[in-house]
Amino acid sequence: MDLSSINPVLLLASLMVAATPLLFAALGELIVERAGVLNLGVEGMMITGAVSGFIIAVESGSPALGFICAAIAGALLSLLFALLTQVFLANQVASGLALTLFGLGLSALLGQGYVGIKPPSTPKLDLGMLADIPFIGRVLFTHDLMVYLALALAIAIWFFLHRTRAGLILRGVGENHDAAHALGYKVVMIRFAAIAFGGACAGVGGAYLSLVRVPQWTEGMTAGIGWIALALVVFASWKPGRVILGAYLFGGVNVLQLNLQAAGAAIPVEYLAMSPYLVTILVLVIMSAERSRAPASLGRPFHASH
Amino acid sequence: MKLIKHLATATLALGVATGAMAAGHGEKTKVGFVYVGPVGDGGWTYEHNQGRLAVEEHFGDQVETVFVESVPEGPDSERVMTQMALEGADLIFTTSFGYMDPTINVASKFPDVKFEHATGYKTADNVSVYSARFYEGRAVQGLIAGSMTKSNIIGYIGSYPIPEVIRGINSAYIQAKKVNPDVEFKIVWAYTWFDPAKEADAAKVLIEQGADVILQHTDSTAPQAAAQEAGNVYTFGQASDMIEYAPMPRVSSIIDNWSPYYIARTQAVIDGTWETANTWDGIGAGMVGIGEITDAVPADVKEAALALKDAIASGDVHPFTGPLNKQDGSAWLAEGETADDGTLAGLNFYVEGITGEIPQ
Repeated sequence: MDLSSINPVLLLASLMVAATPLLFAALGELIVERAGVLNLGVEGMMITGAVSGFIIAVESGSPALGFICAAIAGALLSLLFALLTQVFLANQVASGLALTLFGLGLSALLGQGYVGIKPPSTPKLDLGMLADIPFIGRVLFTHDLMVYLALALAIAIWFFLHRTRAGLILRGVGENHDAAHALGYKVVMIRFAAIAFGGACAGVGGAYLSLVRVPQWTEGMTAGIGWIALALVVFASWKPGRVILGAYLFGGVNVLQLNLQAAGAAIPVEYLAMSPYLVTILVLVIMSAERSRAPASLGRPFHASH
Repeated sequence: MKLIKHLATATLALGVATGAMAAGHGEKTKVGFVYVGPVGDGGWTYEHNQGRLAVEEHFGDQVETVFVESVPEGPDSERVMTQMALEGADLIFTTSFGYMDPTINVASKFPDVKFEHATGYKTADNVSVYSARFYEGRAVQGLIAGSMTKSNIIGYIGSYPIPEVIRGINSAYIQAKKVNPDVEFKIVWAYTWFDPAKEADAAKVLIEQGADVILQHTDSTAPQAAAQEAGNVYTFGQASDMIEYAPMPRVSSIIDNWSPYYIARTQAVIDGTWETANTWDGIGAGMVGIGEITDAVPADVKEAALALKDAIASGDVHPFTGPLNKQDGSAWLAEGETADDGTLAGLNFYVEGITGEIPQ
């Protein structure tokens, strides 16, 4: 075993990149579920974001515009889900699954002319002096804007949920929609907004995949990240801080296990390959040993007739 | 309980009836394809789909084709195959190693439907297996890779530790070692055939650890994109030409050409001459193609690579020719001896010089 060939600086730096798409998608879904809606269409919204962000970035030459359009595309697709489940009271699980299938098909169609094209590169943020700090500078301050935006978003969501009135209302809707309705809050409108926000986040996460992490467009390129994001929200007990921890753990252990393999570590590869899933679940389960539970109205349909 | 039983019988009878109807129809032959990835993966599944399109073009109205993409290996694939057989497919191509047991299971339930399983080794009265000698192409890649590397570290992204992949690693290593005795292989198992993000991560990790040539045995073009971003890294197209990444990083490729085989087998079903077969063709028969070697490769290396390709095609050179030892140092092939197909089909060890263990 030659562990000296693993560069810890590069390892930690790539960890942050590997975790970002997952973090975006999971944070979006966290808001959706906190509002009491279970949207299983994360994968579909991600891949739609991935393809639309890619197309716009290639056509306009601007990755920033690509990310914005990915957010819009993800939100638009999620509104379809919102319409089905909030207005027509369709089953949320079935609608979410349908959204994933629809997103995968739609993205394959849209992306047909864009296979094998290189997207414009997303510029790294120039943080000047900070990047020159030994070790920490290279690990923390040499990324593109989106990596920091994901972290900022997590903090903003925590602040929103626990320190603002609007956040309190959103949580109220998720815990007991009948009570929220009786208090005069527009449950359906609030849920529409939460679903659209979740869609936008998933779209951005997908675009990060196609514009930065891979970077290319390939059909079906999310390959299950949306499902991992869904699981992560549950294991993180619907708390933004734990979502960050989970996403970074998952991304980190994944990159670490590939590094260990390449360095020829004497650990059986099977264990290494399953380690990202195992470690993430274990840590989050142990952390959530104290009392924590799902939003009480999660997945239940709301009809304002009574 | 009784109702369920009745229902099951009815469904079964219906299935048999539709199956019989399709077989008795005799007008259109229906050919099904089960794919492990999306048809737009730019690699493995893309080439199988090109084969399907070639069948459609060749037979026109005589044949109808159906396909299901991104079918997970395992029980799910059994459901897809059963569905295809129930819908009247006469011939079904299952195009991934992990479909081996499901194919055998479903085939035993539909004796009148012909099955063709790619890269496996289990046959039955109505199940043939076919594969290409990708390792012949890997030998050519190994020669180029060994000549091109400056760091003497070649990264290899494996999918699953199955004989097909292990043959490729060995074959590439043997040739790379011949032209560059200092060469070292770093092997990473991705445990997936298709996951662009993971494949890109694997490529980046290998590049970070000093590899300046990346060989991949996964299906997407993600490692090519990662290498392009890193610059000064060479890659090879896998399964498909991946010419979009030429001349750098992609300097050559292995191209799977399934069309002639698919057309021949479909013809056999139409003629009623289909028989269980075990086909394993290489460069010589045209099942394995070597994509254009770009100008990023020096002329003398290109010449040597093409010479090796021709020698393999004509049968003068076998990529596994002794003297070769196994990884543990024990003797495998004596001077001038070549590996037989049986050993190659079940190859489960590295040759001497490769470090690391094969996951069991």
